[in-house]
Amino acid sequence: MSLQSIDPFIWISLIKILVVFAVLMTTLAYLQWVERKVIAHIQVRPGPFYVGPHGLLQPLADVIKLITKEDLVPSYVNKPLYLGAPFLAITMALLSISVIPFGPTIQVGPYRTWMQLTDLNIGVLFVLAVSSMGVYGIAFAGWASNNKYSLLGGLRSSAQMISYELPMSIAIAAPLLISNTLSLRQLVETQVGGIWHWNLIHGGQVVSFIIFLIAAFAETNRVPFDLPEAENELVAGFHTEYSSMKFASFFMAEYANMITVSCMATLLFLGGWDAPWDAKYGSSLVPSIIFALAGVVAIFHGLNPARKRDRYTLPVFGVIFLVIAAVFQAPFVQSWLIPLFWFAAKTGAILFAFMWVRGTLPRFRYDQLMRFTWKFLFPVAMLNLLVTAAVVAWLS
Amino acid sequence: MDVILFLIFALIAVVCAINVVVQTHPISSAISLIGVMGSLAILYLLLGAEFIAAAQVIVYAGAIMVLFVFVIMLLNAGVEVKRGRSFMVQLLGVPLLIAFLGLVAWIVERLYPEGTTVHFGGFTGGSAQAIGRALFTTYLLPFEITSILVLIAILGAVVLGRKEMD
Amino acid sequence: MSQVPISWFLTLSAVLFALGIAGFLFRRNVITVFMSIELMLNAVNLTFVTFSYKLQQVNGHLFTFFVMVVAAAEAAVGLAIILTVFKNRQTLNIDDLNSMKD
Repeated sequence: MSLQSIDPFIWISLIKILVVFAVLMTTLAYLQWVERKVIAHIQVRPGPFYVGPHGLLQPLADVIKLITKEDLVPSYVNKPLYLGAPFLAITMALLSISVIPFGPTIQVGPYRTWMQLTDLNIGVLFVLAVSSMGVYGIAFAGWASNNKYSLLGGLRSSAQMISYELPMSIAIAAPLLISNTLSLRQLVETQVGGIWHWNLIHGGQVVSFIIFLIAAFAETNRVPFDLPEAENELVAGFHTEYSSMKFASFFMAEYANMITVSCMATLLFLGGWDAPWDAKYGSSLVPSIIFALAGVVAIFHGLNPARKRDRYTLPVFGVIFLVIAAVFQAPFVQSWLIPLFWFAAKTGAILFAFMWVRGTLPRFRYDQLMRFTWKFLFPVAMLNLLVTAAVVAWLS
Repeated sequence: MDVILFLIFALIAVVCAINVVVQTHPISSAISLIGVMGSLAILYLLLGAEFIAAAQVIVYAGAIMVLFVFVIMLLNAGVEVKRGRSFMVQLLGVPLLIAFLGLVAWIVERLYPEGTTVHFGGFTGGSAQAIGRALFTTYLLPFEITSILVLIAILGAVVLGRKEMD
Repeated sequence: MSQVPISWFLTLSAVLFALGIAGFLFRRNVITVFMSIELMLNAVNLTFVTFSYKLQQVNGHLFTFFVMVVAAAEAAVGLAIILTVFKNRQTLNIDDLNSMKD
């Protein structure tokens, strides 16, 4: 079978998988750097600073540390479950990225393809299904560790995740009533036309958005709902007995889940890759302006450096930013780079909100958390769905 | 291609089902049952039932089995103790089962020898839209009754699980 | 041939149902018995969806949906009953749960 006779769909899909996987892994590593910097600056301290310029090589150092740590398997654990739980967690976390659309079509030479690994008719249900299965990774990690703190942490975390799945699903159902489709790509296509057409504004889904974000915080075990894995509460919760790469798998699974729910919030409520105002009023200049500003600031600080080594590193970053700003204006990449920028900007804003909340709020006690979902969030979500359905039925 | 997919996932389903029945510790049975439900979801996709496949994973494998796993972990149910069974039962058990299965398979082959074959895209009426339309028009009464049934089940479970307040 | 005869699906469903019956009759742990019941319900779901494909109608899917809802309700109440029984008798062996008196 020669190379020409292989269906181009197959090797285009393989290339897309490789690209998305590489970008996702790098993003996961650098998301951790961004989080540490954001929390540090909220707490008025510099954060990672020494490894590389402004700590940019810190994720690399962390990866090397985690890989070379001793990978011990305690003798009293239930070995098949102990080894399978992190694998399950990271598989389900990465699987949900495969249906997220990052932009419209992209054309390279004669081949035109969607900026999405696959578009399912039931894309929203697929993401919900995969996140339901992600609960097992944590439950089995807690059980297999044969340790009462791990078991408590695992059970609490699983109970929290399935309790918050309910308000999340109901909050997802409300914009689906307005967009009338379960496919993620068509969901964005019903919201094109600027900020006035997004489900947040035009559909009036502000309450759904807030409920979805709160439920997303609980689903991904982030502050203020991170009691099951808090260091000073339950030793380390369900990943007490894990070391090195298996611990890194849980860590990566948490960040991948964060990226998935941020992408879902962008697609459902903020219009996906749609620019906030029309391109003819200059919204295509916004990425260039941002990067050019960043480049100018970097070059300025490079010329008046605070530390001696900044004289060599900051101007380099400045030049790189200016080059990126110029690339955004090139006409042959604008059709897919600008929508990708808007998608990344919106997802990044929601991820920044995740980190902002982590640096600001204290954590809930477990019974407060459960009471909050069953007695407040779930009825409010149902009421919101009822009102949305009534308005949609009345207007059509 | 469809045959290979069916054979792989049917084999996984049967092996996991045998595992459910044979394993001594309940948690291994629970994990095998999750495997059965996952492979059944793939077979539903082959039959064009996309909404039912997603519902199978979300409801059955993602909620009901989590409930089972919780109860097993909470009760710390140990390995089952083998009690004595009569020799006749042990001799006849598995062969009778295989005979019953052979009979059913033969009847099924006699009834449906020809005709319908299953392939991807053979049935396109299983979308969420079709199910929603049927659910809210033809099957509205069962829908409302099952809603009340679920409410009764929630009330029952809450009352049974409550601590005694004496 | 790249198409699966429909009788294979029905046979698979029969196999799963028979295994469910075997688990229900021969196991002693009450939670495993309950899981065998869920296995039987899944086998019946597969039959419903298969016939829905054969008759090219969506009604089979609707029945599957209702079976799933009823199975969820039954699992919730059944497991609550099992928890209560365990609290009172401290055993999960159905041979020992054979009298109403304590």
